[in-house]
Amino acid sequence: MRYDRQIKLDEVGSSGQEKLRNASVLIVGVGGLGCPAAQYLTGAGVGKIGLVDHDKVSITNLHRQVLYDEFDVGRPKALVAKVKLQRLNREIELVAIEEALTMENAEKLFNQYDLIIDGTDNFETKYLINDACILTGKAWIYASIYKNEGQLSVFNYQNGPSYRCLFPKTTRQNVSCEATGVLGVTPGLLGMLQAAEALKIILNVGNVLSGKLKLMNILYGTEQVLNIQKRQEEIEKIKNEGIIPIRIDCELKDTGKTYLDVREDFEQPKVNSEKVIHIPLGKLKDRLKEIPDKEEVLVFCQSGKRSQEAVKMLQKDFGLRNLKNVEGGIEKIIDG
Amino acid sequence: MKVTVKYFGIIAETAGKKEEILDVAQGMSTTELRARQIKTYQIPEAESIQLAVNRDLNTEVELKEGDEVAFLPPFAGG
Repeated sequence: MRYDRQIKLDEVGSSGQEKLRNASVLIVGVGGLGCPAAQYLTGAGVGKIGLVDHDKVSITNLHRQVLYDEFDVGRPKALVAKVKLQRLNREIELVAIEEALTMENAEKLFNQYDLIIDGTDNFETKYLINDACILTGKAWIYASIYKNEGQLSVFNYQNGPSYRCLFPKTTRQNVSCEATGVLGVTPGLLGMLQAAEALKIILNVGNVLSGKLKLMNILYGTEQVLNIQKRQEEIEKIKNEGIIPIRIDCELKDTGKTYLDVREDFEQPKVNSEKVIHIPLGKLKDRLKEIPDKEEVLVFCQSGKRSQEAVKMLQKDFGLRNLKNVEGGIEKIIDG
Repeated sequence: MKVTVKYFGIIAETAGKKEEILDVAQGMSTTELRARQIKTYQIPEAESIQLAVNRDLNTEVELKEGDEVAFLPPFAGG
């Protein structure tokens, strides 16, 4: 009864619904893309959905990650998403994985699911998903956004091209939606299209967007589909060498100063300099001795908020007077 | 001969336009057009940019009158 309106479709039927019930999808990143993808796959009755996210809900997420609400701010996305999605559908299994995807856990996680959805916002994790999918033989549904533009494709599907076939070389210009700005509807649409690809793959209907790259411009309402050529050598390289980590480093504008990076280990871009001491906010008290107390130290994080907290805490609790917050975060001190 | 060039993502911003029609030398290759546009607009991080000719990515060809060439950067927001 619950799925009546989709079972009515010839492409679904009761056998299709059974396929959905037996399917499992891992969503990496439950943000702008991952939320809508998760909501529609939950509604459709996909039997098991894994939700990977190490982040917490922030007030600036709410304009596009509409699964969350004001009461969720500060709470872990994976857990909140699990609870909310479970309310939408109690018949399916939802698994909250409150971790960042890493070289260490990627293959093990992917092995437990049929299909991977990329809801990430950085190149490192996209290449990591790509490589781990090649090694575990899983297809993955890719989407990326730059302001009002979106890219969508399915990689590693039935011997189709991989992300490395599309972009063998990456760029330092890793601009997140937080940095560039984005309308909430843009990741919303792309995430929903990712869910549509997942449904087509599970149901084995229609044309899967493998070997194709869909480009959309939300502002102009334009769309284009480009053909991706397979580069077998890019796939063989991963099969032979395993996951090849991508590091996106950036340089400091002014290397004459000393810096304290209070971001977590997985946050990027990484700053490639000996002038930067890296201690995550939560570990500052334990590693106090590593912070220079003579010269001026510029404290930064992604946005300037956590670093401000760090400066206040270190001043108040430990009397450090040589610290200065970088307002506006990392973007203000790096090149490019 | 004339070819249509389309720019995506940050390239469109760097170039200040999404599309233009260029008059290029007969038989110009995609590699030459790529180098020329990267120089014209001083596009940074050009190594990662992929070109599509008449919607086929990763093709090294001699351009023909009326061809449509897309300049596509990787992006990662989400």
